[in-house]
Amino acid sequence: MSARNRELLGLIPVAGLLIAGFAAVFVVRKDEVADASLIFGAYFFAICLAAHIFLRIRLPNADPYLFPLVALLAAIGLVMLYRIDESLARDQANWFVVGLVLFVLTILFLRDYHVLERYRYLIVVGGLILLLLPRVPGIGAQVNGAYLGVKLGPLAFQPAEFGKLAIVIFLASYLREHREVLVVGAKRVAGITFPPIKHLGPMLVVWGAAMLMLVFIRDLGSSLMFFGAFLALIYTATNRISFVIIGLAMFFVGAWFFASTVGHVGDRIDVWLDPYQDANGDGYQVLQSMFAQADGGLFGKGIGESLLWAPGAKETVENTLIPQVQTDFIYALIVNELGLFGGCGVITIYALIAARGFKIASLARDGFSKLLAAGLTAVFALQAFVIIGGVIRVIPLTGVTLPLISYGGSSVIANMVLVALLLLISDRARRPEPGEAR
Amino acid sequence: MNVPIRRLLAVVLVLFALLVGFTSNWSVFDASDLEAKTENKRPLFEAQQIKRGKITTSDGQVIANSTKSGENESYQYLRRYPQGSLFGNPIGYSFITQGTSGFERAENATLTGEENEFVSIIDQIRGQQREGSDIVTTLDSSAQQLATDQLQATGRPGAVVAIEPSTGAVKVMASTPGFDPNQVPDDLDQFNKADPSVLTNRSIQSLYPPGSTFKVVTAAAALDSGAATPDTTFDGSSPQTFSGVPLSNAGGEQFGTIDMRTALTHSVNTYFAQLGESVGAETLLDYMHRFGFGKDPEVQLPDDQMAASGILTPSGKSGYKQVDDGFDLARVAIGQGGQEGQVLSTVTQMAEVAATVANGGKLMKPTLIEKVVDPDGRVTDELDPEVQSDVMSEETASELADMMTSVVDEGTAADLAGNLGGTTFAGKTGTAEINIEQDIAQPWFIAFAPVEDPKIAVAVTTDPCAGCFGGTDAGPIATAVMNEILNGG
Repeated sequence: MSARNRELLGLIPVAGLLIAGFAAVFVVRKDEVADASLIFGAYFFAICLAAHIFLRIRLPNADPYLFPLVALLAAIGLVMLYRIDESLARDQANWFVVGLVLFVLTILFLRDYHVLERYRYLIVVGGLILLLLPRVPGIGAQVNGAYLGVKLGPLAFQPAEFGKLAIVIFLASYLREHREVLVVGAKRVAGITFPPIKHLGPMLVVWGAAMLMLVFIRDLGSSLMFFGAFLALIYTATNRISFVIIGLAMFFVGAWFFASTVGHVGDRIDVWLDPYQDANGDGYQVLQSMFAQADGGLFGKGIGESLLWAPGAKETVENTLIPQVQTDFIYALIVNELGLFGGCGVITIYALIAARGFKIASLARDGFSKLLAAGLTAVFALQAFVIIGGVIRVIPLTGVTLPLISYGGSSVIANMVLVALLLLISDRARRPEPGEAR
Repeated sequence: MNVPIRRLLAVVLVLFALLVGFTSNWSVFDASDLEAKTENKRPLFEAQQIKRGKITTSDGQVIANSTKSGENESYQYLRRYPQGSLFGNPIGYSFITQGTSGFERAENATLTGEENEFVSIIDQIRGQQREGSDIVTTLDSSAQQLATDQLQATGRPGAVVAIEPSTGAVKVMASTPGFDPNQVPDDLDQFNKADPSVLTNRSIQSLYPPGSTFKVVTAAAALDSGAATPDTTFDGSSPQTFSGVPLSNAGGEQFGTIDMRTALTHSVNTYFAQLGESVGAETLLDYMHRFGFGKDPEVQLPDDQMAASGILTPSGKSGYKQVDDGFDLARVAIGQGGQEGQVLSTVTQMAEVAATVANGGKLMKPTLIEKVVDPDGRVTDELDPEVQSDVMSEETASELADMMTSVVDEGTAADLAGNLGGTTFAGKTGTAEINIEQDIAQPWFIAFAPVEDPKIAVAVTTDPCAGCFGGTDAGPIATAVMNEILNGG
């Protein structure tokens, strides 16, 4: 079977999930949800099919599983958002259209993505500006103490979502060029391999950037995500585990230092260690998340059946029992309604995407492609880990979104571009060489 | 570079496994601990969304129901008690913040549908919320109303319990003063402070000296154990000395050598004191236990809202403990006693005594539940009369019934004889001395009717008063309630 037919086959479960999920919400809330809202499901599926046809024409050799997996996540997100408030699902479906337009544009105009290497410094400067944008007075917005959002008139977005693409593209390109010297110039001191002093600079810059994020953005999770992606790339480029250990040590020393000096970061860590000490204040969010999960149990309450609002409360998105249930805490709602099985299902999809992403990286034929694919995959997987981990108290709570599931345009659009890049790399890697028999 | 890429995937999988582990912990392994946390309001919220079952009287009056307020998902149910204070005791109340009491608490599992959980998987698929079962009680609304009115008319706190002897069905359980459960959300503090207490269910939670009504228990023990026959005679003169203290008959009345029937008919204390001594403490206690003394009544109310009758001595703060020797047997036999051991009984216990005699010596387990109807309309439980204990032989019971009929025909309750129209009934008065100098006494009456085929047994008491007498201060309430149940007023 051809790759594209496999992809089409993979979209069938997506359609099934959409129909079942929307039908479930529809049945539970039939008295308040208009029949017309069922159309969102059909609408979303139609754009998925359109994207598939586009891939058939433009990237016939690309990985066949990646797109259905991405569509599956998006479908889960849409169903959960539809369950919270149908207008959220409508917005999200629209964001997917925008996301797919950028997906298509990326594939059309970055057919040779190696051009990105030429603009790497421009890209990294742009990326850093994006990351620091939320701290610019007047346009930056603080949410829960972290600076992750930007508001420009009617347009609100999370620049870190785009920043992560820029940083990964830059690192992939920089490390492709310097990986040899990093390895060759390395010195062994006391059994540990240190990178050459001359090339330690860039590493320190990235470490500094991560620490800067911690101080300025005040979000340990995003900082961890960026620095983790950097370590993943440097490890892929050099195959030196010692670099990773040195990097991690530096990160944790820095994080520990800032946690004890920057109030907000320290508070987050205290709450993570013991949320009950301030159960109605800082600990409230993560406790609500844990209680919602406990309520879900093995199989969950069923879609649309959990206690989303306290009895007597006004049914608005701001008023939900789990705070920010449509963005940061959507995983808690998934476990509440679909249980441990639902939560594991979502994690499995992320794991499968990571597996496909790394597979693409290992099939890629040149250094930049390999590093770019590995970096994009790592940053995507780490983002999922960091936000789910925060919601379930594996690590302190952070403000990033659950990729492709959380409500939010920036996240959807940036991740669709990320997937487009992975598919581009994949198509090139799996394209038969001229004269090669397949 | 493919080796590090494979290892990266392994690292990612380990991280994701960590996520699975933590999710399992919160959602399954640690879930019950999390649900028990006081910070977790979800169980409370969920309870607010369960439609509690309806409680009705046997004649179909709604005692408690739940009304829905709010729309969509954030709806809640609120408990309403259309009968106001009439069933405040024993039914109690159920509110999220104030808690649950009485029958509402004892039957919480049924009323909230906890026992329907297995059936409800189908409901879940159908998208239906958990719903409680309805309970039809054995209570009779008009008799309860009448009993409450009559008690209130005395101006003293009091209680009435009426039981169907052959089934144990509790027809009346009234206690005054009462409270309106609808006002619990606003006034619980006031209710807690009220004096006399309004939250106390005097019919089953309060212990009173039963006085001469207890002579029925002594007589049952004497006859059934073979220690005496109806013809056994003792000297009925007054006073006579027991345990070194003189004991008189009511009003100092003198009797010659009399048999048991005469003694019970006229409630002769000196006779029963001697009869008690001839029965012996051990046998008397044995029969008391057969009647249900020594433990809480077996009716569907919370343990902490019932009291165990028996021979009691004060213990701890405002509490009692059961004693089984060292008491003044002669005075216990007439339903009194002293510091070292005094007979104290709930009204429910004395109603059980009357019901046992009425039912040929078999005590039926008292119950408040006639049937349970699940949300789909299926009857899941129905009153199935159950013998709680074989107290005495049918012969003994019939001898006792005969004597108690004499009480009404020609004895201490003769004034009540015509109160049921043509229906003959059996009874026993009780006038427990509280303060001899001031003539303050606790009036009691226990009875059952009709004698030939008993349909109802009843016990009544009110708080003590000066010059109170069981036949005049408790008796008319008992006959009015029996008349209401037998003849519909």
